[in-house]
Amino acid sequence: MEAIEAPPLIKIPNFLPGIPGAFIPDHVVMTWIVMAFLIGVSYLATRQLTEVPGLMQNVMETVIEAFTGMLDSMIGHEGRRYLPLIGSAGLFIFFSNILILIPGLRCPTANLNTTASLALIVFISYHFFGVRKQGLLTYLKHFLGPVGEFPKFLLIAMGWILVPAFILVEVISHLARVLSLSIRLFGNIFGEDTVFLFILFLTSIMWPIYVLAPLISGLVIFTGLVQALIFVMLSTMYIAGAAHHEEH
Amino acid sequence: MRSKLTGVVTGVLAAVGSTTFAWAAEGGAKAGIDTTYFWVTVLTAGFGMAIASAVAALAQARAISAALEGMARQPNAAGRIQTAMIIGLALIESLAIYVLLIALILLFANPFSAIIVGGP
Repeated sequence: MEAIEAPPLIKIPNFLPGIPGAFIPDHVVMTWIVMAFLIGVSYLATRQLTEVPGLMQNVMETVIEAFTGMLDSMIGHEGRRYLPLIGSAGLFIFFSNILILIPGLRCPTANLNTTASLALIVFISYHFFGVRKQGLLTYLKHFLGPVGEFPKFLLIAMGWILVPAFILVEVISHLARVLSLSIRLFGNIFGEDTVFLFILFLTSIMWPIYVLAPLISGLVIFTGLVQALIFVMLSTMYIAGAAHHEEH
Repeated sequence: MRSKLTGVVTGVLAAVGSTTFAWAAEGGAKAGIDTTYFWVTVLTAGFGMAIASAVAALAQARAISAALEGMARQPNAAGRIQTAMIIGLALIESLAIYVLLIALILLFANPFSAIIVGGP
């Protein structure tokens, strides 16, 4: 495994107290690089907003229209207020996933710390949005299952009997959402990283393999895009389920 | 013809497998510890990943074929069907990724290897 590990290009001495080791961890430095890139591009694109957009403004407008289109189709007309969270998560994940294409850098999302942080942010956010929209007691009543919603007496009794089972199933499924969001992104991007680095390593042994490198780069970009899309769509569905599902 | 090919493949696998056991025993004798645990975990990781990939591929094939059939019946619903298909594929694939995670933990971060190697 040492042969296909990319040694980090940037080693910053550790100035944060409480973190072991001599250097700041790789995934943190790569996160800073992605942040710097995104902030730089956003600043350059919004410096002079004109009615007829130039190149960068046009690109950014297309990206924002894609996000708001998805939010509108899944949440409805109130989806616009979740654009900061969903848009930043989507763009950050996409550019983190393709960072391996630059020599010397690794994907921060290939580390379970980054993906677990993203999944926890989404988890806390959608519960917060649900409580803010519906109130704490109404939101917690949705965990009890279909209790008071049936007109006939027998079905109401069955609703009350099923409450313990329903609480257990709902809690476990919500915790499984965090697990699946983080591990899906981590597993896909770590596998992609390893395959990419392995192809480059094989090139040192059998030089004709280098013709595969453009194909693998295309695969890296495709997988990065699909995984970012999946993360964003699932987060939007969780927000829609928590805050905006069937108004009675 | 098919039974002959199966016989040849089985013969090759048996030959390779028996030499693997011999290598493992020789390596263990050199290191002075019982290496049964290690080659069993490597086999488990490999076979587990193979089975997970095969079953995930079959499930994704069913999902894609159903989505394509739906798109062929109603081309103006193709966008929504494609979105649902992509989400379904990612959810099925994540189950195979869980098995990959277990295989990676077994191979590179094995929690019991220190006990086995540094044992009595």
